[in-house]
Amino acid sequence: MDRIPILRMGRYLLVSIQVDMHDQLAMALQDDLTNRIVADKANGVLIDISSLDVVDSFIGRMIGNIAAMSRVLDANTVVVGMRPAVAITLVELGLDLEGVRTALNVERGMALLREGS
Amino acid sequence: MNDARGDLLDVLELQSPQDVVRLRQATRDRAIAAGLSLVDQTKIITAASELGRNTLIYGGGGRVVMSVIARDGRRGVRLEFVDEGPGIPDLEKALTDGFTTGGGLGLGLGGARRLSDEFEVVSEVGRGTRVTIVRWRAR
Repeated sequence: MDRIPILRMGRYLLVSIQVDMHDQLAMALQDDLTNRIVADKANGVLIDISSLDVVDSFIGRMIGNIAAMSRVLDANTVVVGMRPAVAITLVELGLDLEGVRTALNVERGMALLREGS
Repeated sequence: MNDARGDLLDVLELQSPQDVVRLRQATRDRAIAAGLSLVDQTKIITAASELGRNTLIYGGGGRVVMSVIARDGRRGVRLEFVDEGPGIPDLEKALTDGFTTGGGLGLGLGGARRLSDEFEVVSEVGRGTRVTIVRWRAR
């Protein structure tokens, strides 16, 4: 099965989602990231969704789960690069991603992670 | 599969999670063909994704009939999700945010309604469910 690559940079894990994920792929990413936080002793996760033109409730839930699981494992999660049309749609859909930290781009996201640790 | 109206009406089978990805792409093509704005494209694609997943998970699979339609000189995208699954016993409940029988967030049906200009559900227990949505090009 396809996997979304997870890159390690120092104490941080970086993920850039570049494909339209089917639900199993999203679930696999959630599991992989959770395992890698422990295996790599990471204390921050940055997820770049700037390539995603749609975030539905399933992907939204996955993002919320990753943030919650990383918090339990003593790591912070920042989601960066959400497109304006995606933000508008997510809120109308009823998902406010409560508890998920966001930043406009990778640079600001990394700054947030560094502050938080 | 096309009908007499030519390439504007298509049927897509929904039997696997990959079909939902295909559905999103096919919906985008039609939303662009109908001249929808970027935000409206995003809304109809997201609504399609929610309803397609419902058809797959709750309906046990089915199909979606997709068309670019015109009314009063205005174009729009119409999607009709059809399954022969167990049906929805309590529609009002199913449309309530947070209600789910499948372990999801319970935003699918209500969320799709909010993201659409027109929304209709016809469901019969033991026979199946048909959900129709339309998103029009903004004037």
